[in-house]
Amino acid sequence: MTLSLSTPDFLIERNRDRCINCQVCVRQCANEAHIWDEEEQRVKSDDALCVDCQRCVTLCPTHALTIRKYPLEFRENANWSANAIKAIYKQAESGGILLTGMGNDQPYPIFWDHLLLNASQVTNPSIDPLREPMELKTFLGRKPEKLMVQDGKLVEEMPPQLELEVPIMFSAMSYGSISLNAIKSLAAAAEKTGIMYNTGEGGLHKDLYKYGKNTIVQVASGRFGVHPQYLEAGAAIEIKIGQGAKPGIGGHLPGEKVGLEVSQTRMIPEGTDAISPAPHHDIYSIEDLRQLIYSLKEATQYRKPVGVKIAAVHNIAAIASGIARAGADIIAIDGFRGGTGAAPLRTRDNVGLPIELALAAVDSRLREEGIRNQVSLVIGGSIRNSADIVKAIALGADAVYIGTAALISLGCHLCQKCNTGKCNWGIATQNPLLVKRLNPEIGAERAANLISAWEHEIKELLGGMGINAIESLRGNRLMLRGIGLSDRELSILGVMSAGE
Amino acid sequence: MKRVYAREEFCAGCKLCEVHCAVAHSEYPNDIIKAFLKQKVKPTPRVLVEENQPVSFALQCRHCDDAPCTKACISGAMQKDSLTGVVTNDESRCVGCWTCILVCPFGAVQRDAGGHKVASKCDLCSSNGGLPVCVQNCPNGALVFTDELWRR
Repeated sequence: MTLSLSTPDFLIERNRDRCINCQVCVRQCANEAHIWDEEEQRVKSDDALCVDCQRCVTLCPTHALTIRKYPLEFRENANWSANAIKAIYKQAESGGILLTGMGNDQPYPIFWDHLLLNASQVTNPSIDPLREPMELKTFLGRKPEKLMVQDGKLVEEMPPQLELEVPIMFSAMSYGSISLNAIKSLAAAAEKTGIMYNTGEGGLHKDLYKYGKNTIVQVASGRFGVHPQYLEAGAAIEIKIGQGAKPGIGGHLPGEKVGLEVSQTRMIPEGTDAISPAPHHDIYSIEDLRQLIYSLKEATQYRKPVGVKIAAVHNIAAIASGIARAGADIIAIDGFRGGTGAAPLRTRDNVGLPIELALAAVDSRLREEGIRNQVSLVIGGSIRNSADIVKAIALGADAVYIGTAALISLGCHLCQKCNTGKCNWGIATQNPLLVKRLNPEIGAERAANLISAWEHEIKELLGGMGINAIESLRGNRLMLRGIGLSDRELSILGVMSAGE
Repeated sequence: MKRVYAREEFCAGCKLCEVHCAVAHSEYPNDIIKAFLKQKVKPTPRVLVEENQPVSFALQCRHCDDAPCTKACISGAMQKDSLTGVVTNDESRCVGCWTCILVCPFGAVQRDAGGHKVASKCDLCSSNGGLPVCVQNCPNGALVFTDELWRR
């Protein structure tokens, strides 16, 4: 094929009055959108190669660069958007599946933005978290039916619990999908703030064993990097059934990203594609899942909570009930906005459920069945700020997973090109030239700062509601009111309308 | 003494250290655009990023305890301050014989491209008293200014 019909997505504007031709942009663009013209002795750009990651914009010492949406317009057509047309051009050229990175970016309703929080006025006092103690500590794991106390001590033995200082964890991102420096940043931030990070399905690199008490180790359908020491290394084990960005599809790491260290960590030959099967081939039912849960519990002498992560899909409440009955201690549910290192575009944008509805449905169902105490609920899939977390907890979550937000704290600009391996921010890449752009000391500080900032904000919001412990907010849907929602949506969310 | 140490494992090779060093030692130390666009001769950085990718790191004068350039200097322009330990080149005395360039074991002394026939080298930004600009402007913490020998 000779002529490509694709046109640039972005326009690089260079202010020539400010550009000093220092070539910092040239050296920082892995897509080679900036070029040094030796003959003209000046920097020029190729718009077609720009992905709008803004690395050059951020590093330009004279702020000479701006990236805009490419102004070229197709003839206006309410049915055929530019994206729809461009996708067809691409597929007509490649004959392949469209791949993308990060989470669903389509304009579906965001229910967090249709939920409002309560505050105390006159009839109950609000609390100032700067003056009074405020408890955010969270324990994840199976809770006993009742507590018996004798001589000031608990009679029964508590099932293993995961202790969090703040009800936030870094969600599963494998070594392979993101760089070792990105994982080191998150692991160190988790240690600093008393929370957990999750290995994803990529195994545990030897440098990361020291963060064991802040690690959730994942067992996915490919079983990459799973061995006894790995299971023992973490504070909890998570069986990954699915993820929000691509429910029904296994992880896929192209061979180019499987260098020596990734291959050693995953226990696969160097350069081979690491393709996780879509299902676990030993799990075709809840009973099968129970076998794997108990195999893992046996393997770790019942000392660690075992969780199961699933994507939010249509029958989520029934599935979650089955998982609870299969013996899971934690259920993690990933909504359809959850991110990914690589997913088919059509799956990412069209499969799954908003996490808000899934969470409310699951929490209600587990309560109705009287088994809510048997599992902790962790939800993820585009938690954007501390208010989302407070709303999630009021809807019934025990804690939240943040993935995209955590990567943004490390410098991610959501260009959605994780699958290309050319991440200019050193996050979603294994190219040593790019990986070293992320200094894990700086990364850890930034990610830890985000957690502390959100911790302060959660306390402020709780205080406003007159609540001094996060436990009192859990599943407390009276603290929420819906706005701009249908009766059906309100009833699924289990919240009253604003004004009621 | 405090020296600048490179942590090559975090050097992104962007050369912002070179850009800011050049500005700090130009006619317009506080205006990066003027330093590059108005000054007749392009300002010379006194720090150089050595590259053999994926390895890169910024190198500047090590301010050696036993600085060979000070001994080789025929005019007494190259001096090591006995108090601060900083090695500087007094450009009013420098005759541009380049002996210092010849003897520097790190290749950290260069000819000044600014038109004067003098040697140009890192002065640790001692005139402004603070953090050297290369350290201040490294976007990834790949340069540190410390009086302890940097250990990884």
